[in-house]
Amino acid sequence: MAGQEQQQPKSRDTEVDEDVPAAPPAPAEGQASAATQGVDDLLDEIDGVLESNAEEFVRAFVQKGGQ
Amino acid sequence: MTAGVSGKPAGVSGGLPVGGAMRVMGSETEYGIHAPSAPGANATMMSARVIQAYAQVTRQRAAGGAETRWDYTDEEPLHDARGWTLERSQADPDQLTDQPPVLDAEAVALAYGRQELEADGEDESGTLLMNMVLGNGARLYVDHAHPEYSSPEVTSPLDAVAWDAAGDLVALAAVRRLAADPELPPINLYKNNTDNKSVSYGSHENYLMPRNVPFGDIVRGLTPFFVTRQIICGAGRVGMKQDGSRPGYQISQRADFFETEVGLETTIRRPIINTRDEPHATADKYRRLHVIIGDANLSQASNYLKFGATAMVLSLIEAGLAPKLEVHEPVAALQAVSHDTSLTATLRLLDGRRITALDLQWIYYEAAAKHAQDTGVADAVDGDGHTHQVLERWSATLTELGSDRAAAASSVEWLAKLSLLEGYRDRDGLDWGHARLGLVDLQWADIRPEKGLYYRMLARDRMQRLVDDATIQRAVTEPPSDTRAFFRGRCISRFGADVVGASWDSVIFDVPGRGRLQRVPTREPLRGTEALTGGLFARHREAGPFLSELLGLPPGS
Repeated sequence: MAGQEQQQPKSRDTEVDEDVPAAPPAPAEGQASAATQGVDDLLDEIDGVLESNAEEFVRAFVQKGGQ
Repeated sequence: MTAGVSGKPAGVSGGLPVGGAMRVMGSETEYGIHAPSAPGANATMMSARVIQAYAQVTRQRAAGGAETRWDYTDEEPLHDARGWTLERSQADPDQLTDQPPVLDAEAVALAYGRQELEADGEDESGTLLMNMVLGNGARLYVDHAHPEYSSPEVTSPLDAVAWDAAGDLVALAAVRRLAADPELPPINLYKNNTDNKSVSYGSHENYLMPRNVPFGDIVRGLTPFFVTRQIICGAGRVGMKQDGSRPGYQISQRADFFETEVGLETTIRRPIINTRDEPHATADKYRRLHVIIGDANLSQASNYLKFGATAMVLSLIEAGLAPKLEVHEPVAALQAVSHDTSLTATLRLLDGRRITALDLQWIYYEAAAKHAQDTGVADAVDGDGHTHQVLERWSATLTELGSDRAAAASSVEWLAKLSLLEGYRDRDGLDWGHARLGLVDLQWADIRPEKGLYYRMLARDRMQRLVDDATIQRAVTEPPSDTRAFFRGRCISRFGADVVGASWDSVIFDVPGRGRLQRVPTREPLRGTEALTGGLFARHREAGPFLSELLGLPPGS
């Protein structure tokens, strides 16, 4: 999915101006409807997205207090 | 608002249709923050990095220090809605949110190194950037040990969804910026509410209400609703108990962290009904109801119902029409509801009845629907344009939860997450204590679309969209047109170099040539709109003449 990572637009100079950050990618055109997508297909994709070494990653996610 | 921003005096509803889902509201999201390659990094410092990265993205700093300081003048975190003020000496340090946070220099140095801090960790005035007011009217700042996005004020649940989701794009832009810097460890942000190790951080809602509604009515009317609201908008959580030590799956991220029914605190002894009384508006007319019990939602449909149904229940309470029922031991009931994904457990009411969470939500729905029909706001054609849709979705969701859970999985966040987790459990034979399921839960909330599992589901149309991507994108830079956020946001984007501070109810200018700072109060949330101030912004490109007209001063004074 790295190819979907978008470049931040170059800044314009003097104006106070907010560059528009990247939006989540839109679903691919012509993609089959959700109803026909198999769960296996979904899990296969997510297998490739999940951080490696689940146990260590989850253990290291330690937060300080919040509201 | 001051002279020059004339208009009808705002009533308590401020001219918004009364009785339905419209009201002044907003969201706050504290993001979970994690640098996998720098596990010991100071969370407050990392959060400041996030704010700074976004300032770089917006180039506000290059334009002259327009990353506006927060004006703390009107912060009153110790005012209790029940009618008293907590002694400062009795408060937990976390409650003193009316002071700028102080970053300990040692902590900073520990996290990022002294040299780097001296190089670029400070702005021109020598302080770390902890606070920004954005061109869309939002606030982006370091709250405790998390970056927080507080949305601008909006008037409808659909706008609440759009400007809340815009915050996720703001956070994403900061994450991208940091990832592109080879000198810094990449930082991940998560739109969730717990680390599953006994820490929780909030996602808050704010609703404007008339001051004259007795607070006791709010407590009585809201508590049963809040105990059960999670079935339509819980985000789902792998793990039970505050530290997640008991394996399992529950409906709410937050439920296990609530310990009391009513109270002022937000970080300790968390209450179902929070009593912080900081109206950020004309105090004798309004209260700002601060809701701390919700989960952060990525699902647009869940977020929409969270704001829409709650706004309608507040309308019921204001009309004295809230359902007359009381839940026995609400905190225990809140947790029991969260732990019952079958939705079959019954709650005991004080009158002896036993009903399910779903039954209780239907009771609130029926009352809200009747009131909205009686006041006319629910009419599909002549109504307020929002309440009809909220009622349709609310009833459809409750119906699905009762009879077609597969259909609800594309809208109700806890069910969507559960369907993914069940997929893994079935395929790989995992029990609830397996680390991969914990990772799925955590990574569901990663705000990067290529890593966040919610976004992977969205890309496959397994989650419903209520607001299209272009609208969310626009909300990153554009303020809502129909609240004072328009004035605030436009002041920042137009006159940022001359704005030295801002808050929910003020914008402070320092215009060259004027002897003193000019504080423009914005204490009426429904003034400062595009309709009232758009012409003023159109007429002036410079802050001096703009202020002169706004404040009725002679030019150049």
